[in-house]
Amino acid sequence: MDAINALVALTNYVIIPATSYGAQLALGALGVTLVYAILRFSNFAHGDTMAFGTAITILMTWIIQQAGLSLGPLPTALLALPIGIVLTAGFALLTDRIVYRHYRKIRASPVVMVMVSVGVMFVMNALTRIVISVFSVPILGAREAVSGVDEIQFADGARFLISARDFRDWTGLAEPLALRATSVITVVTTVIVVVALFWFLNRTRAGKSMRAFSDNEDLALLSGINPARVVAITWIIAAALATIAGTLYGLDKSFKAFNYFQLLLPIFAAAIVGGIGNPVGAVVGGFIIAFSEVGITYAWKKVMGYILPAWEPSGLVQLLSTDYKFAVSFTILIIVLIFRPTGLFKGKTI
Amino acid sequence: MSAHQPQPATGGALRAPLLFAALIVLFIFEGFSSGWNSALGLLNMGLISAIMALGLNLQWGYAGLFNAGTMGFIALGGLAPVLVSMPATPGAMQAGGWRIMGALALAAVALFIAIWLYQRLRKGIRGAALLAWLVAAFFLFRWVFDPGVAAVEAINPSAQGYLGGLGLPILLSWPVGALFAAAAAWAIGKIALGLRSDYLAIATLGIAEIIVAVLKNENWLDRGVMNVNGLPRPFFIPREIDLQADAAFIDVSTKLGIDPVTASTVLVKLLYLGLFVVVIAALLWATERALHSPWGRMMRAIRENEIAASAMGKNVTRRHLQIFILGSAICGLAGAMLITLDGQMTPSSYNPLRYTFVIMVMVIAGGSGNNWGAVLGGVLIWYLWIKAESWGPGLMQLATAGLDNGVLRAHILESAAQMRYLAMGVILLLVLRFAPRGLLPER
Repeated sequence: MDAINALVALTNYVIIPATSYGAQLALGALGVTLVYAILRFSNFAHGDTMAFGTAITILMTWIIQQAGLSLGPLPTALLALPIGIVLTAGFALLTDRIVYRHYRKIRASPVVMVMVSVGVMFVMNALTRIVISVFSVPILGAREAVSGVDEIQFADGARFLISARDFRDWTGLAEPLALRATSVITVVTTVIVVVALFWFLNRTRAGKSMRAFSDNEDLALLSGINPARVVAITWIIAAALATIAGTLYGLDKSFKAFNYFQLLLPIFAAAIVGGIGNPVGAVVGGFIIAFSEVGITYAWKKVMGYILPAWEPSGLVQLLSTDYKFAVSFTILIIVLIFRPTGLFKGKTI
Repeated sequence: MSAHQPQPATGGALRAPLLFAALIVLFIFEGFSSGWNSALGLLNMGLISAIMALGLNLQWGYAGLFNAGTMGFIALGGLAPVLVSMPATPGAMQAGGWRIMGALALAAVALFIAIWLYQRLRKGIRGAALLAWLVAAFFLFRWVFDPGVAAVEAINPSAQGYLGGLGLPILLSWPVGALFAAAAAWAIGKIALGLRSDYLAIATLGIAEIIVAVLKNENWLDRGVMNVNGLPRPFFIPREIDLQADAAFIDVSTKLGIDPVTASTVLVKLLYLGLFVVVIAALLWATERALHSPWGRMMRAIRENEIAASAMGKNVTRRHLQIFILGSAICGLAGAMLITLDGQMTPSSYNPLRYTFVIMVMVIAGGSGNNWGAVLGGVLIWYLWIKAESWGPGLMQLATAGLDNGVLRAHILESAAQMRYLAMGVILLLVLRFAPRGLLPER
């Protein structure tokens, strides 16, 4: 019985949260890694692209809710997501046209491109807050309008697939287990997106041309691949991944623009751990980072109490306080940089 | 590197003096329009920002290194005034301080043993042995460390609850702050330099977040988010309250026809200004000498073509490490100066946009690779950053004058506060695109 209780506690507090967080990081890292593989720079604006896409999706969610439409038990945001993706992709293409294209033309070094992406990051950071604050007024009405720095909850529909009380009634176990709808939606969406992306990269003509371009730019150009098209597709996919990742993260937790900026570190860590430029690596890296982060900042007292009833620890058996969760991604990043700078899977090919 | 394409410098020899003169006129105008106290306050912070920009300019301008963690080095430098100049908390060392020191020493020893193990062991068992050793060492560390922390934090938690400092003059903390930042830069540079250029950016982004997290959460060190207040001032700068109580000072200020309160605040700011100008002058002298020495030419040669430079026998990674440490040390110095000027240490005020990315805008706008440009950019962008906060809403007031005073207008006005971020982004993008060499191009 104790063993089962320990397993339930572990599932409830570590496995479920880490899986959904890992899926969100994996999607974020996929976006970073694709931009790196094709455009060859680390996109510092990716966190704010996620925030921007989520903000647009939230606005659309509100519009749909006002119109009285819903998906029943599923969150309305899923209905708004395609519109969010289209608008964010449009914005990404516009940014490329106005900003990045010039630097490709003059063949700027990657580090200059990174600096340019910092400028884009500033602009998107401000735009996100302005857009959500100003447009919330006509959509939500004067009383419920939000400000740009508010923390916004926009998950509706069913909250739990399995609630803690139901689980206890069914099993009679002492430990509760709650399965939140957003966790399941996150994982299912991620699986669909990742499978679709890999199918696209490996099976379609456009995907193959992207891989060729990433592998050897000159050879790809020589064989008649249109670089402008490859770049445009990359931005569209990156924006879509960012919007999906951001929306899932927001559904699961809440939307706050600054938190998205701070996701940049675990996302980059995930991409580098897996091997930057490598999509499989990005997915694996996302889960490695998420499980380490949750596992190391979780207080193991409860689980330990079931496994080793004789041992009564005085503290919480928490390796690090949650305030240091960034230290976990950073430490993993450092270990990888020291021992295997190319990442677990060899980087920079797709 | 393409950001440094050789182009003929425009404007000639008069460009720099003219721009600096314009900056001085700007501040004189500010003094007349919104008072000398606020203008001097703005200028003092601008000069500190200029020093941060000088530090980053060494890294980005001289060597093309992308440091995304300036905030961390500034924050670490800011720890120095607390540790150097605050009085020691009585009894804290006996209660748990020695335990904490012992635990930290233990951690250092454990790391050395780990390195030793890594070098000695065979490949097959190395990973597992290292992991086992580090986990064991971590638990040992926490076992020694935690009771010490609890004991220190229990001492008068509303006012102290930390170890305190050494009670030495605060000016001593400036070089100490630089040393702290240099040590962190050495550790991070040793790992991330010599790899792909983006890795340094991401590693520094991480170390900055962690340094700030430590400062926010380790209460025994700096009281965390409870802040350390009432830091002493440099010995020759009096407190405003003492000045206002001083009969001779009141006498002089009334004779000059200035209100004693205003006079005291302005005098204090002028004294700080003098101190900062001395520091900037010294740094400018040193960095200019360095830039025009064989060392500076070598750095630029490495920046322009790493492969060629290494073919000439230059150790690129070593030089990068050296300049990365120097630049970070200057940022640490600026961080210590900032805390000295504020008189308090508030770890929650460190924001990456403000302390990392705005500093980048300063360097790029001023002119990467030009020290005078970094100073110009530092002061000018700081001025814009502060002013944009009030200009944004002001501009929006005008733009939305047609709307009635409803919620929509309130929201537009509220979000205008975000204009400063938009402004920084637009400035950075415009400069990179149309004037990649900045206001004062590198000669």
